[in-house]
Order: sequence, then structure tokens, then C-alpha cells
Amino acid sequence: MTDPLIPPKRKDPLVVTRAGHVSPTLRSRSATAMAARAGMGRFVLQVCDDCAKATYPQRDRCPFCWGTLSWQDQPNGAVIEAETTIRSSIDLFFKEHLPWRIGSARLDAGPMATVHLHGDVARGDRVRLELKLDRAGNPALFAMPERETPHMADDPQLRVFTAHPKFRRVLVTDGRSEIGQAVAEALLKAGAKTVFLGNADPLMRYPGQEQIEAIPGIEPVHLSLTDTRSIETLAGQLGGRVEIVVNTARFTRQGGVGFGGHLSNLQSGLDLEVTGLMRLAQGFAPALSARSDDGDRSAAALVDIASIYGLTGKAGYAGSSATAAARLSLMASLRGEMAQTGIRVMSVLTGPIEDGWHQNVPPPKTTSAQIARAVVTALEQGQETICADEVAKDVLARWLQDPILTIREENK
Amino acid sequence: MSDTVLSDLALALASGQVRVIDLTNTLSPDFPVIVLPAEFGQCAPFRMEKLSRYDENGPAWYWNNISMNEHTGTHFDAPAHWVTGKDLPSNTVDAIPAQEFVAPAVVIDISGEAAADADFLLTREFLEEWEKKNGTIPPRHWIALRTDWYKRVGTPEYLNLLEDGAHSPGPDAGAVEFLVHERNCVGLAVETVGTDAGQASTFNPPLPAHSILHGNGRFGLQCLTNLDKLPTFGALIVACPLKIEGGSGSPLRVIALVEGQAA
Amino acid sequence: MARQKPYDGVALCAPVTVPYMRFSDKSAHWWTGAALAALARQTGLGPADFDGFCFASFSAVPDTVVGMVQHLGLSPRWMDHIPTGGASGVMALRRAARAVQMGDAELVACVAADTNQIDSFRQTLQGFSRFSQDATYPYGFGGPNATFALIADNFMRSYDVSREDFAKLCVAQRANALSNPHALMKKPLTHAQYMQARPISDPIHLFDCVMPCAGAEAFIVTTPEKAQELGLSTARLAATIERHNAFAEDGVQTRGGWARDIDDLWSAAGYGPQDMDMVQAYDDYPVIVAMQLADLGFCDKASLSQFIADTDFTIGGSLPLNTNGGQLSAGQAGAAGGFQNVTEGLRQILHDPLGEQIPNAQRALISGFGLVNYDRGICTGAAVLEQDVLR
Repeated sequence: MTDPLIPPKRKDPLVVTRAGHVSPTLRSRSATAMAARAGMGRFVLQVCDDCAKATYPQRDRCPFCWGTLSWQDQPNGAVIEAETTIRSSIDLFFKEHLPWRIGSARLDAGPMATVHLHGDVARGDRVRLELKLDRAGNPALFAMPERETPHMADDPQLRVFTAHPKFRRVLVTDGRSEIGQAVAEALLKAGAKTVFLGNADPLMRYPGQEQIEAIPGIEPVHLSLTDTRSIETLAGQLGGRVEIVVNTARFTRQGGVGFGGHLSNLQSGLDLEVTGLMRLAQGFAPALSARSDDGDRSAAALVDIASIYGLTGKAGYAGSSATAAARLSLMASLRGEMAQTGIRVMSVLTGPIEDGWHQNVPPPKTTSAQIARAVVTALEQGQETICADEVAKDVLARWLQDPILTIREENK
Repeated sequence: MSDTVLSDLALALASGQVRVIDLTNTLSPDFPVIVLPAEFGQCAPFRMEKLSRYDENGPAWYWNNISMNEHTGTHFDAPAHWVTGKDLPSNTVDAIPAQEFVAPAVVIDISGEAAADADFLLTREFLEEWEKKNGTIPPRHWIALRTDWYKRVGTPEYLNLLEDGAHSPGPDAGAVEFLVHERNCVGLAVETVGTDAGQASTFNPPLPAHSILHGNGRFGLQCLTNLDKLPTFGALIVACPLKIEGGSGSPLRVIALVEGQAA
Repeated sequence: MARQKPYDGVALCAPVTVPYMRFSDKSAHWWTGAALAALARQTGLGPADFDGFCFASFSAVPDTVVGMVQHLGLSPRWMDHIPTGGASGVMALRRAARAVQMGDAELVACVAADTNQIDSFRQTLQGFSRFSQDATYPYGFGGPNATFALIADNFMRSYDVSREDFAKLCVAQRANALSNPHALMKKPLTHAQYMQARPISDPIHLFDCVMPCAGAEAFIVTTPEKAQELGLSTARLAATIERHNAFAEDGVQTRGGWARDIDDLWSAAGYGPQDMDMVQAYDDYPVIVAMQLADLGFCDKASLSQFIADTDFTIGGSLPLNTNGGQLSAGQAGAAGGFQNVTEGLRQILHDPLGEQIPNAQRALISGFGLVNYDRGICTGAAVLEQDVLR
């Protein structure tokens, strides 16, 4: 059984904050390919196109028949055949996190693998392997108890691979929106200590304001993603005491490219969602990075919620999709930067939102509750990319399968 | 030294006999802009991005890129701003003769009424009563509507936006018709975010100030401050919008010249 | 399978050890040159005299044997680069022997050299192999300690071998090291000290681990005629084996490639384990020593614990083991650690030891084990050396 996490004490101001080292980063291209799939929450191994045997570690040809390999979802059961507790390491990250337990696992899928061990897992146990990302965004096999154990998510070794909201302080950028409010509430329910809830215009009321601001743990803050100064000011106030940033800002308008689109809408969308994301990152990324290994309440993640149509474009929502595309692109670059500092950069992908800007779109549409659930799940799992709803899942699956076809389909 | 009107004015400015009062709110990202129903295009607030500040992007100089709507902050409305003025000659800021940018003002104080009722409506009857007490409004003046609304800047009560829309004072159609056609005003100068009352979109006809003023080639000045520091008669307003090609309005610095020592 | 042909016409001679240092600001090139200089002192030969060069090192990057040849002014007509760490001594021996036997070279200098600068161990580990960078070191970065901890954990339970057994091996090697003036560990190690050492990666404790250091080892492979001309004592190569990535199907490693080929070794050598005067085995972690003793045919794994209890591994004992102290007590100078089994075995049968002499030593079993590419050692080899001519 895992010792439940206790609320972290206030930090002794005389103690130097532990530098946010990441685990070793050198990886092969195949390992990077595994990471890309791990980021989506999949459990994959390379399987031979010819002899159908699974292999690990990551290879470029099959060791059984020299056939070509492709990534496939695989059964994630395993048995731990040997274990050790590492008590000495010369790595700058791990030496601060000893003792560290690893084991040799025989995977149901076939191969042996060195894996991280959850505290409730020991030699001889059947386990459920999860394919996580480590602090540097590289793939990591983590052996979880086969069945839920008490306080399982509090395992200190597991928390290195997740961004669990428990006891963390979160900035949600747009509390004026239904999405922002739903995300804020869900984070508090998931154990967040405080949600700083952004309000771009504190002088103007918004629907749901009284109800959301009355919830214990919600702290309204002035934050406008189009106003660099407001971000700098807030980052100055909160930079050192926010562990997770969730960007819920969004500006959707209908319209095409040559027909029916408003340039001013595109500009507004780009300024809020794209330039705004960069402003947010510039305001908060350095402080998050500086505290990425700061004990039980280390800074953990930056989450952005964007339309799945950023991958494809979308007829009738050309400008908003272009904005989402730029947003996803910035996130990809930011992910690379933050991988060097131990902060997970996550994208929650949505279908058309159930809101006033998608009244002409037939259901199913993405609800605020679904988005909130996806944000919490991504943080709890340490997942990089997550779909909030069925539409997003469908588009993503098709896009992964055949991007150029999906782009055509979505723009018909 | 020649003894001209302007040299007299220069002397008066130097001696403090004529004072300059700043009627302008500071352009800042926090200054509110008018809020339209969500389905319409929205007025962009003032935004500023640093280009360099003695740094790697410009080692010895500091400057910013700024962006905003033509109707952000303290601003000027040209006749072309409204559909009723769309076909008038010289109806955009670049085309309006510069002579028009300097004009006297008459200050109508409705601050008491506005304090009592945020939806206070200025009517023709009110103006006629006012003239009985203060004298006839002279032609070619700015009608400066003192509401003390500028004192609400920085609070929600400035826009005063409730679920049924904004609540702020303004004129009804009769008052604007009177000021335009019978008093030949230059325009309407207000402290609120628009020349029209907050609820004016529900009036019949809607938005009478915009509609009638601009339909008759008159101007608007909005988001002014310090109208309480002007005399009822005798202030001279200098309000020069940026010379934006085809512009419907412009943020600007508005000053008033007033005679007499400060109180 | 074709039987191994004998190594007729091959002489092994001139083992040299450049004294190890814990840390060195010198390069692998410097240490390689030091080893060649030591060979030159023994033989009177210079750069122009060697027509064969076999090289092993981890820290010579970006150079390989090619760069080293130009760096040190050699002009060989045969050369080889052995990247197999702990198996490199046996492998160098085999390759050089065949080159000499077939006349591709007459006088081969086999050299292993590595430096150990501050932090170079960590940097070497980070890029050690693709599998370890992808799938081992990110798991706690325990280095080889953690990998061998998993092997030891499984091995100890599977064959009922205990830390007490490992203690006996380590204490004996330390006793052997005390007469070696070059050994980095100069203090005696008691059984109690071994047992009470701090844990490094359970069940690996401090005295199970080698100390990384800088150093170089070298020997010469030539013809008996050339050795005679140079006045060098010689040993003959009775038989060898080599195997890589054996038993890939095993889960956690419990055996090495020796287990697959050991019968061939003994039959080609014409000897058995009982004929050996010593074992010079790769000893980074005593669990690997135990594994070798079984895989090389001294006992079966089930009786390892009993065999260890019944055997005296000191220089004067029933089966002298790693008589220079092994890497555990002499230090592990990178790839040179994979050569010291050969040089020490040669010295003992040529009766020119660094420390105490095994009385009347005639035959040595040399065993190499190298390259933890992922979760196990991949490369194994063994050789039986026999005294030929003492000069």
C-alpha cells in the first residue's frame, strides 16, 4: 500500500530549490517513435511485419527473421522476474530521487524489459505495464499493480511520470468561459490545492461568475492572453507558486477563406490563441521549468486545449482551424523546449464545442465536462495528447491512418 | 512684438491665465471598450508589444508596437462611422477640414441626474429648461455632457453592463434633433463609452445620437475625462484625430483651453 | 560444427601492465603509448618493428585503431579493433594468434588502454550502446550496478547462492591483491566488512563493484622463432572459445556463452577444469565469477555454493582466482579490465608475476565477459594458456 501523499509544507526559504534535471535524453529514432505513441496513452511494441513477433528494446529490424517492424498496440500484462532497488546513481536527476526501484519484466507480448516499479509491485507479481513518458518526454515502461491499490497514484516514483493535480496549484487561463469553469472545478475535485482562475476583464461580469468564484480553492486573477503586460504581471505574482497551467482560451468564428471569413476574426483568433499561447509560455515556462523537481509539489505541466481541426482544417471554420493548427505547432515546439526542463506539455484535442459558435454543427459535440475530464486524465496519466470526445478521436484516428485523405474529407 | 490674437493666447498660456485641461483617458490595455452583442465584430482594446527596450532587439532604444480599434480609449467619431453618414462628403477623419478640430464647448451638467438614474435620458424638454437657467446654447459648439461618468473608470460601473445590456446616460432622439437642427452643434462630447445611452439600441429609432449626429455630418467624442473641470461656457476644445485614410474615427488626445486661474 | 584447428606456431609473451590510477588527466592515447613503451622496454623494439596491432579502448573516441596507429607512429600490415570490453583480451588473443599463424603478421602488439577523467565514466555510460541509452539507463541510471543487481537477484534465488558465497570470492581476491604493488585496493578486506558494506543496488553492495580507473595492459603475440630471437619466455595457446548473444531466449541472464561451447574448449585443449592451475576470470561483480565457474565446468550451478565453500581461491589455494586481485581489487581500467585476465595469466605461467607466484604454475584458464549492451553481458570467451618456454 502506498503512503498517502500529505499536503506539502511551505518551503523553507533558506533551502535552495532543486534544479530540474531530466533523466538521460539520448535516444534512437525508434525510441522516439515509441515516445510519440506513449504520449497518446497507447501501449505499443514493435511487431514484425513478417513473423508477427513483438520485440523490445526498440530495434530497426526483427531479430528473429530480419523482417521490417511496425508499432502495434500490445497486451500490457507482465510478470516481474527480478528486481533491484538502486541506491546509488551518478545521474543528476536520479541521484536526487534514490532509492529507485526497477525490475526485469517478462511481457505477455513476449520480450523482456527493464521497467520502473510501482511501490506496490514486487518480484513475482503479475503487473500491468503502462507506457509512460519520462521527464524528458522519452518512453518509459512503468509496472503498475494489476489491480487498484490504496493511494496508488501517490507513489512517489509514479508521480515523476505524471502531472497529477493532487496538492498542486493550477492556473486556468479563461474562467469567463464554460470550459474554463468546468476545468477549474474538475481540477479541484481531482485534488488541486488552488485554481487561479483567469479573467480577461475583471470589470465585466460573466455568466457563472458568482457560483464559480464562491467555490473554495478558486482564486480569481486578472489575466488576458492578448495583453502581454497582464501576463507579465501575473507571472510575476504567481510564477513561483503555480505548478500546472491550463490554457482554456478560445476564439471560434464561422467562415471560410475566400468566402464568408472575416479577417478581423482571424486576427482576433490568432492574437488570443496563438500569440496568446506564446505570451503565456513566455510568462510561465521559465518559472515552471525552474521548479520542475521541487519536491511533492513540483511544477509539472502546461496544458493547452485546441481544436482537432488544427490537424486537418475544417470547411466552414477555416480561420479557427488555422488558428488551432498554429496553436498545435507552437505546442510541438514548446514540448521540445520543455522536455529539456522536465515539464510535460499536453494538448487536449476537441471536436466542435457545444457552444454558441457551433450552433449549425450537428451533434455529437464536445461538452465542457468532457474537456474537463480529458484535462484531468491527461494530468493524472502524464499523457501528452488526449482527445476529449468521440469526434476528436474519430478525426485523429483517420488522420493518423491517412492524413492527406482526412484533410480532404474535413474540407469538403 | 505684434499684438495678435495668437500672441495674446500665447502670453495667456504662459502666464496661466489660460489653462490647458487634459480631457483624455490613458490608453492602456485595461481601458474598457464598447461591448457589442457577441455575434458582431468586437472593438479591439488597446494592446502594446514591446519591440525593444535597450536590449538585444534594439540596444539603445525603447519602442512599442501598438494596436487598437479606431474607437478605443478616448476617441473621435467621424460621420462615416454610422450608416446614416456613409454618403456625406468629407465624412472620414482624413477628409474632415482641420478647422473643425478646434471648437468651443458648452457643458451641460447632468451628473446629478445620472448619479440618481444610470439610464437618465437627456430630452429636448430638459435642454429647454436648461437654456432657461443658463442661456441659449450657441451654434458651432461641442455639446459636452458632464455625467461624472469618468470617475467610474476602473470599475464595473463604467460600462455598467448587466444581463439586459449596458446602463449609462445619453440623449434621446428629440434632444439630438434639437442640438443638431436647432442649435447647429459641432458634435456631442461625452464621458461614457458611446455618445448614445447604454440602452439606446432598444430605443425607437435605435442609437439616436449616432444616427442623427453622423447622419448630419456631426462628430462624437467619447471616453472623455474632466468635463467637471470646464466652465459651462468658454472652454475651447482641441480634438485632432489621427489622419487615417478613410478612417471612421480615431483615438486622440483631447485638450480644453479655459480661462482664469485654477480654483 | 568444424573442430577448432590448433594454434601451432603461435607464441604469447611479454605481458605488461601500466600501473593504474583512479583518475587521470591523460588521454587513452597517452595510456596506449605508455603500454607500447613498456613493451619496448621488455623487448627493445620500436614502432617500426611491430607489423601487427590489436587495440581495445572505450575512451579513445573519436579515434579507433586507425587513429591510434598514426598517433603512435605504427605501420602494421595487420590491425584490428576490439570493442568488447571485458571479452576483449581473449578476443584479441584469438585474432592475433590466427594472424601470426597464417603469416598475416609476425609480431602483434595487443594493447588495451583507457583513461578515467573526472565525469568520463558517466559520459561513457550515457552513450554506451543504443539499447542501454534507450532502455536501461533511463531506468534509474544505476549503470552496470543496477543491471547486475537484477541478474544477481535472480541468480541468487534461482541457485540458492548467497552474499556469504560472494564474500568468499571477494575476500580471496583482495587477499591476492595485497601482494600486487599496482592494485588500487591495498587494505585487507574481511568477511564482515564485505557483509556490512553499504548497499548500491540491492543485492549489489559496495565490495561487489569495481572501481573505474585509468590504466593499460598489453602483451605480444608472435611466432616461437621471433620470441626466441627476442629472448622472451613464451606460452602456447591450447584452445579458445568465443560466443556472442548466446541464450537470447533466457529471461534474466543465468548463463553465458561459455555454457554453449565449454565442451569444445576442453576437448580442443586436451585438458579439463581439474588441470588448471588458476582461473583468471572476468570479475565485475562476483555473481559473474560464480556464473563463470559453473559455465566453465568447475561445478554445476546447483552446487555453486558448496563449491565455493570447498575451494580456496587464494594464490596458495586449491584454485587460485584472479591472482592480481582482479578488477574488484586492482581496479577496472575500462577495456584494459578485459585484458588483465590474459596478462595476469601469462605472468603466472611465465613465472614473472606482479605479486606472489602460484607455485609451479603451468596452465591458466582465462575467461572474458563483456558488453552489457542491454540487460546482460553479450560477449563471452575463454582460453587455455600453457607454459611453453621460460627464458
